[in-house]
Amino acid sequence: MLAFNFFGATEGGLFDINATLPLMAIQVVALTYILNSLFFKPVGNVVEKREKFVSNNIIEAKNKLSEVKKLEADLLTQLQSARTEAQKIVSEAEDESDKLYKEALELANNEANASKEKARLEIESQTSAARDQLSKQADDLSELIVNRLILEK
Amino acid sequence: MFFNSWLTNFAALEVGQHLYWQIGNIRLHGQVFLTSWILLGALLVFISLGTKKMENDPKGLQNLLEFLWDYIRDLARTQIGEKVYRDWMPFIGTLFLFVFVSNWGGALIPWRLIKLPSGELGAPTADINTTIALALLVSLSYFYAGLSNKGWRYFEYYVHPTPIMLPFKILEDFTKPLSLSFRLFGNILADELVVGVLVFLVPLILPIPVMFLGLFTSAIQALIFATLAAYYIGEAVEEHH
Repeated sequence: MLAFNFFGATEGGLFDINATLPLMAIQVVALTYILNSLFFKPVGNVVEKREKFVSNNIIEAKNKLSEVKKLEADLLTQLQSARTEAQKIVSEAEDESDKLYKEALELANNEANASKEKARLEIESQTSAARDQLSKQADDLSELIVNRLILEK
Repeated sequence: MFFNSWLTNFAALEVGQHLYWQIGNIRLHGQVFLTSWILLGALLVFISLGTKKMENDPKGLQNLLEFLWDYIRDLARTQIGEKVYRDWMPFIGTLFLFVFVSNWGGALIPWRLIKLPSGELGAPTADINTTIALALLVSLSYFYAGLSNKGWRYFEYYVHPTPIMLPFKILEDFTKPLSLSFRLFGNILADELVVGVLVFLVPLILPIPVMFLGLFTSAIQALIFATLAAYYIGEAVEEHH
């Protein structure tokens, strides 16, 4: 009984192909259209709208990020140039003060040297004057001694 | 004697019995249409509920439907290609949903409790008519896809690497629907039969793992059917250089 029904060709059977086939095909085609309008189109619209929104936002954020980076780089270069400027000014000022210091030092040295020289010259002149006087007195004294000795004789 | 009684008992599974509807001259398998209408009705209700109030921040059912939509889009896009997948997504998705709902509906709902005068309710995909109808639709689709996208150049595909391929490619046009329909039909019918026989022999516990296996194969078969349909369409619209 089963054997007949299993591959039965007459009435019923597993491989009994009839008008169910085309009708089922029509039903599936109709279902495709129904599902397209009920499911695929509306859900697709919502999902794609959201995807677009998200991707637009990502692009915008990326643009903003690159702008921020550019500004940051700008600021960094500005900062760097300001820093070098400041350094330049500081070094210039340092040079200036160094120069002034050196000048003042030289001036003071010169002055000191000059007064030292003057003092030395004075000391020298006084020394020679004293020596002259001393030798003169010695001469006088020796003359006196000689005169005395001569007179006593 | 034992063999005979076993046969009659086994025949209680009513393999190959149908509930015939006679409309004029044509005869239909009523049980197939009954179950498909119930299942598709449930599917449509489910989808209408989920898409009733579409919001930008998906909630509840809409989430599930969007996941499903995304899944189907990925399937169609990977198989058919970026260029024309949009045109074929509803068809691939419908095939997937129809086969999936039919398979799972057939496996999950205790149809056996509803007594029919002849035959019994079950998965619509366990009827050869349904699977051949689906497979022929796939064949028509890939022919249409190829011809509408590439015109007569579609037939270059038959002699693509070398003209030696011509007989094999022609043969493929017949084996594709044949394998599609019989794979689905065989798997789902075999699953129903295995569960039926096991329930008949050992009504408790033992059929449960087989039922889970059946759910697994049902889902896999739906995926295979939709993927292959998409692959055939993709093959037809693919540009050879």
